Amino acid sequence: MSILLETKKLCVTIAEKTICQDLDLPIHTGQIWAILGMNGVGKTTLLHTLAGLRNPHAGSIELIGSDITQLSKRQIARILGLLLQDQEDAFPGTVMQTVLTGRHPHMSNWQWETDTDINIATAALDFVEMAGFAERSILNLSGGERRRVALATLFCQQPELFLLDEPTNHLDLRYQHRLLDGISTQLKKENKAAIMIMHDVNLAMRYCDHALLLFSDGSFQQGSCREVINTENLTRLYDYPMHSLKENKLEIFIPG
Amino acid sequence: MNPRAILLLLLLSLVSLASLMLALYAGSIHITWSEILASFYSDRQSMSQTLVQELRLPRALGAFITGGLLALAGALLQVLLRNPLADPYVLGVSGGAAVAALLAIMTGASALIISGSAFIGALCSMLLVFGIAHGQGSWTPTRLLLTGIVLAAGWGAMISFILTISPEQTLRSMLFWLMGDLGYVQSTSAGFFILLLGLLLSLPLARSLNILTQGELQAASLGIETRRLRIMVYLLASMLTAAAVTMAGSVGFVGLVVPHLIRMLGFSDNRILLPAAVLFGGSLLILADTLARTVIAPQQLPVGVISAAIGVPLFLFLLYRGQVHRL
Repeated sequence: MSILLETKKLCVTIAEKTICQDLDLPIHTGQIWAILGMNGVGKTTLLHTLAGLRNPHAGSIELIGSDITQLSKRQIARILGLLLQDQEDAFPGTVMQTVLTGRHPHMSNWQWETDTDINIATAALDFVEMAGFAERSILNLSGGERRRVALATLFCQQPELFLLDEPTNHLDLRYQHRLLDGISTQLKKENKAAIMIMHDVNLAMRYCDHALLLFSDGSFQQGSCREVINTENLTRLYDYPMHSLKENKLEIFIPG
Repeated sequence: MNPRAILLLLLLSLVSLASLMLALYAGSIHITWSEILASFYSDRQSMSQTLVQELRLPRALGAFITGGLLALAGALLQVLLRNPLADPYVLGVSGGAAVAALLAIMTGASALIISGSAFIGALCSMLLVFGIAHGQGSWTPTRLLLTGIVLAAGWGAMISFILTISPEQTLRSMLFWLMGDLGYVQSTSAGFFILLLGLLLSLPLARSLNILTQGELQAASLGIETRRLRIMVYLLASMLTAAAVTMAGSVGFVGLVVPHLIRMLGFSDNRILLPAAVLFGGSLLILADTLARTVIAPQQLPVGVISAAIGVPLFLFLLYRGQVHRL
């Protein structure tokens, strides 16, 4: 196990509001982290900061040992990939073209996609069960299908660290489990890592091994899911009474 | 590059050549094909040679270059603003060029200075749109478009003002800047150079532009320095538009319609779209200008009339069919 990404005394603020202060977060290979918190607490802002898309207020982020501000956008994109909360499409394009954009950080300016790139994209489409959709227009997809194309694009990018902003958005129950299961299996097999913003505590318990809880007062708790996810913390986290049901070692959290 | 894309570019090159030949052939004075051919080879001065070499050829080349410049600028601006409504003229660029040119005419400047000030006027107009729209925050496509539209209205009022206070004898030369006319094209080499430069500079950006259409964040997360890319695209589009306005005044709709037509044919990849737009826009404007010269010959129409006559119904039809997305 080695460290892929590490924040040191990270302080993230947005419009005078402190999201977190002095956050020391080491992400090791093979780990899958969940970020949990209420709406508007700053989960997405933190994720974008980790992705190098915005500068932290203080502290630093190291990506495989180098300060992220010293790396070019292209170098960053070869190590970490980000699934945005929503996809915006202004113009038509095929599913295949969209998935192939994931190869961008690996290609030079004048280069066209090679057969290898197309094979990687095809495998990524297979992974999200969209194999027959390659030539469809992205403007004619349903919300869940578009979401799966975005996930395929991320897999086509082949980063070491996956940052996922609510990956289960728009997905039905079957795909929520199929894809989260697929992601966690594949990442562990390839010794990669992921940080995902989740709203479903039970999905987080099932597919993530670590969790970062962002409380609305700017404090946080981090650790393995077993350590930090409990009814007391969740009740405080969501400002709503939470209970748990236990059955055969499996613990399910429900709102009270 | 896939075979369909190669076929499209090949086909458009042929169409460009064919429309160029048609432009040399058609006109109020009949010239045979052999006379046209002879005009390129023989040294003998003849009426047909003068007509082809000094009138029809420069004008046809001017039309091709203007159309190519406008279509390329339109395609770039549509990606930059992530809005299919973007077009060099919607953003008030031609208005800025016209105001600068009109002011130069008022002071009795030479033709070269008038062209130069039109070029600078177009650039300043773009700068103003992007500067004001940037304001305190960041460029949002809607803000850019609105700023452009409001500024265009402002330029329009200034043009009316200048026309009102100008003496009668300058009015005719002023009108050129307002309606798009290829009858006054003098030199095509500067325009050709800018078109070639613009295409060569924008092609290596084309793959990044494809990703920029999916939003700035997505582009940044795929390794694109979005700020640098947007500034480059903006400068390129400004330069292309300024060159087109300087050559031919305000020719509307080419920049708006041509990229859409190519997207409707199923080519949304900017690596194909950009060169295709140059060829398509160029041949469209040659054909429009040939029509403008011949439809009520010997009277000549400004090409802007024809391009609007083709562009307006076409765009309305596309809108009605719902082919223009996200309006």
